[in-house]
Amino acid sequence: MRLTPKAWPPGLRASLPLLLPTAAIGVSFGILAAPVLGAIPSIVMSLIVWSGAAQFGALSILISGGGTTLAAGTGLLANTRFLPMGFAIAPSMTGGPLRRLLTGALLTDASLIIGHREGGRFDISALAWAAPAQSLGWVGGTAAGVLGATAIGEPTRWGIDVLFPVFYLSLLLPELFPGRLKGSERPRNSRPIIVAALGGAIALVLTPLAPPGVPVLAAVAAALIGLRAPRHQVARPATGDHA
Amino acid sequence: MKTWLLIIVLAVGTVLMKTIGPVLAGGRQPPAPVTRVIALIAPALISALIMVSTFTDGQRLVIDARAAGLAIGAILLWFRAPAVLAMLVAAIVCALLRLAT
Repeated sequence: MRLTPKAWPPGLRASLPLLLPTAAIGVSFGILAAPVLGAIPSIVMSLIVWSGAAQFGALSILISGGGTTLAAGTGLLANTRFLPMGFAIAPSMTGGPLRRLLTGALLTDASLIIGHREGGRFDISALAWAAPAQSLGWVGGTAAGVLGATAIGEPTRWGIDVLFPVFYLSLLLPELFPGRLKGSERPRNSRPIIVAALGGAIALVLTPLAPPGVPVLAAVAAALIGLRAPRHQVARPATGDHA
Repeated sequence: MKTWLLIIVLAVGTVLMKTIGPVLAGGRQPPAPVTRVIALIAPALISALIMVSTFTDGQRLVIDARAAGLAIGAILLWFRAPAVLAMLVAAIVCALLRLAT
């Protein structure tokens, strides 16, 4: 079998644009973490914690003189968003508890976004296949940073950090404006737009007030708008999902 | 020793938070209101991540080169440019602005 990109699983292909930016952030982490945690622990941390939010959160506490307990608490708080994310993907999963456990462990921000489909469904295969490139980039980048890849300087100077919001936006916009960007004929639905605006606002307003991680977690509350039945109950499209 | 403990606590805690939902609620179709909420979690979360990764530095709100990059990227995406092109142009704009300031 020829390994042309077309033959690769869709989730893997979708995750490749993130390899470089993930590695670049990993380099930043490695450069910052090595003097504080040591070389090997920094790399192992990226391998088994595998979360920029938690790792940068914990590291910034240690750097600013905080203790290990506070660092652990901050890191975990930064990752509490995975709780609602896990419950969001759960209904789309198949297989026994062990299989669901192993697949659930592959959840990241980017894989949730890559696996995300219309109507709250998730392509679990795409979600899982988004994992390898992210892990490779993250651990590889961390190792390069630890080993002193200072030749390229602080990688964020190169505009690499802006790749993340633009990538996320490329996956959010078709969800908000399916008519324009996907050619979908689903009925117009302004709710995702309202929820996205509200979620973004919550995150920004809380940033100066709450510890890192809390603003993004709190933004998820905007989705609670969905508890109310839509006011204008439009006829479901014939091909729609049976939710 | 403390360092390894911190790493293990973070690793175990993160995996727990990722997997509690899949293990407890996997494969079951929840009631309609819950389904509607789940469908809206992604837009809320993605939007929050975009805002936080563009307009914050630590706990401060900032408008810097990233905002310009995101704006250019958004315009390109709106006119149906491929994601990779939008990302590339955004990064170049961002880097040039940083060089200039």
